[in-house]
Amino acid sequence: MSFKLSPKLSQQIAYTLLVISTIIVIVPVLTVIVIIIKNGWSALSWEFLTTMPKDGMRAGGILPAILGTLAIVSCAICITLPVGVCAAIYLNEYAKDNLLTRIIKLAIVNLAGVPSVVYGLFGLGIFVMLLGFGVSILAGALTLSIMELPVIITTARGALSSVPYSFREASWSLGVSKWQTIRRVVLPNALPGIMTGAILSISRISGETAPILFTAAAFYVPHLPKSMFDQVMALPYHLYIISTQIPNMPKNIIFGTALVLLLMVLSMSLIAIVARLYFRKIRKW
Amino acid sequence: MVKKKGEVKIQIKDLNLYYSDFHALKNINMDIRANRITALIGPSGCGKSTLLRTLNRINDTIDGVRITGEILINGKNIYGEDMQVDRVRKEVGMVFQRPNPFPLSIYNNIAFGLEINRMVKTKKETDKIVQESLEDVLLWDDLKNNLKMSALNLSLEQQQRLCVARVIAIKPQIILLDEPCSALDPKSTTNLEELMQEMKQKYTLVIVTHNMQQAARLSDDTAYMFMGNLIEFDETSIIFTNPSKKETDDYVSGRFG
Ligand SMILES: Nc1ncnc2c1ncn2[C@@H]1O[C@H](COP(=O)(O)OP(=O)(O)O)[C@@H](O)[C@H]1O
Ligand SMILES: [Mg+2]
Repeated sequence: MSFKLSPKLSQQIAYTLLVISTIIVIVPVLTVIVIIIKNGWSALSWEFLTTMPKDGMRAGGILPAILGTLAIVSCAICITLPVGVCAAIYLNEYAKDNLLTRIIKLAIVNLAGVPSVVYGLFGLGIFVMLLGFGVSILAGALTLSIMELPVIITTARGALSSVPYSFREASWSLGVSKWQTIRRVVLPNALPGIMTGAILSISRISGETAPILFTAAAFYVPHLPKSMFDQVMALPYHLYIISTQIPNMPKNIIFGTALVLLLMVLSMSLIAIVARLYFRKIRKW
Repeated sequence: MVKKKGEVKIQIKDLNLYYSDFHALKNINMDIRANRITALIGPSGCGKSTLLRTLNRINDTIDGVRITGEILINGKNIYGEDMQVDRVRKEVGMVFQRPNPFPLSIYNNIAFGLEINRMVKTKKETDKIVQESLEDVLLWDDLKNNLKMSALNLSLEQQQRLCVARVIAIKPQIILLDEPCSALDPKSTTNLEELMQEMKQKYTLVIVTHNMQQAARLSDDTAYMFMGNLIEFDETSIIFTNPSKKETDDYVSGRFG
């Protein structure tokens, strides 16, 4: 004999389960943020952000790590964004649906699934050793840019294909060439989407450790980077080092560093979210 | 078939079109005359839009389309080797089923085609053509103080008029209209039909419509299509009162379709 719940009770149970799941999602995020703020807040100061580390990194600031991360990430996005957008334009606007196109698309999907440490090893093999860039900003940026390429291509394709086909037809029918149509009609309308995708990518690669581990990051550099071929300290790697490799490390510096990294990443995401909401509101089609 | 007054503007010769394996246009032969309105009618899916879209080669942009035969405009084959497709499209403007202005200002919707086709050198020239085009479609008086407003804020009828203005600004010889009134209310439809009547002084118009009354009121010549075939093509009065094919008669008298 089967046991039947009344509809009202089963509704109640379903609702409760959904609420619990939501809480399970939110609680860890909030806890992490609260713990990091609570323990790291006292380390935050203007000096912490703008000076070199002292006493074997047990005191002083984290300026070189911040600058290192900014250098690697900004180079990476400058490489990956144009390449990715061009690839997306090709795939979305020009590529015919044939075997080659399907292989390319498959490659992009698979590239997105490769673990980031594998990119790190790839970067070590190709950029650091084969091409001889050494462990450097350039090698790290190239590695990150290749890792981020599938994400950029995918978001850019989404942005391009959300531009109505009727805009393209309208433009072609005025005697405007295919390329001019892309440049003057499709790209301007896809730009907001491409840009929010790019900002999210910046936020994502800022926190990556594995790809720069062998390609760019240094344990400690006593001076600020001078060229693309310098090794640099970087926030995520620095955080790993001070948390695990240095005895008697003051706790608030560890958490302070984590807080800076977190703020960097979260503020980027926030900008992207606000931008997306804004563009959604002004967009009329 | 049609051998009456009016010079031939478009000559369609043995035209076949395939969407991959699907044979959508079957051996079409048709002479479209200048400064007249030619209507394409027939049941949904019979190939009206497809035929219309061969006239400015905008079907070329669709994957898998294959075309044989010739379309001569002013005696030159637009599918010929030496033809530049962008040139063809500049001479043969198109207005679509749903109004599709660019998400730009009213002014820039018209200036866009002028600038890209390098038809203007100064802002003053652009201003002049924008004004003339808007006057031609009877939008100027209503909009002259709002040229910077987004075209997407206009009513559907105004948007469709703007789309016509955008086309006539670049001075084509032929204008194709694919069910241009289907998104409009009856009043706007009447207004747009009046506009088309005006326009045939300067242009050759080809219009697709699923509305037989509209074809009867508006057009000079009518082509009846069925399943990719051109069944009959003649002056509108003949098609609607005394067609020579039984299928045409069945369709226009409402016994079929
Ligand atoms: N892009 C396309 N790919 C494949 N078949 C198409 C395409 N466009 C139209 N067709 C087919 O061609 C036929 C004619 O379509 P269409 O010219 O749009 O008809 P109409 O405008 O008379 O309603 C239809 O059977 C339609 O399904
Ligand atoms: Mg149609």
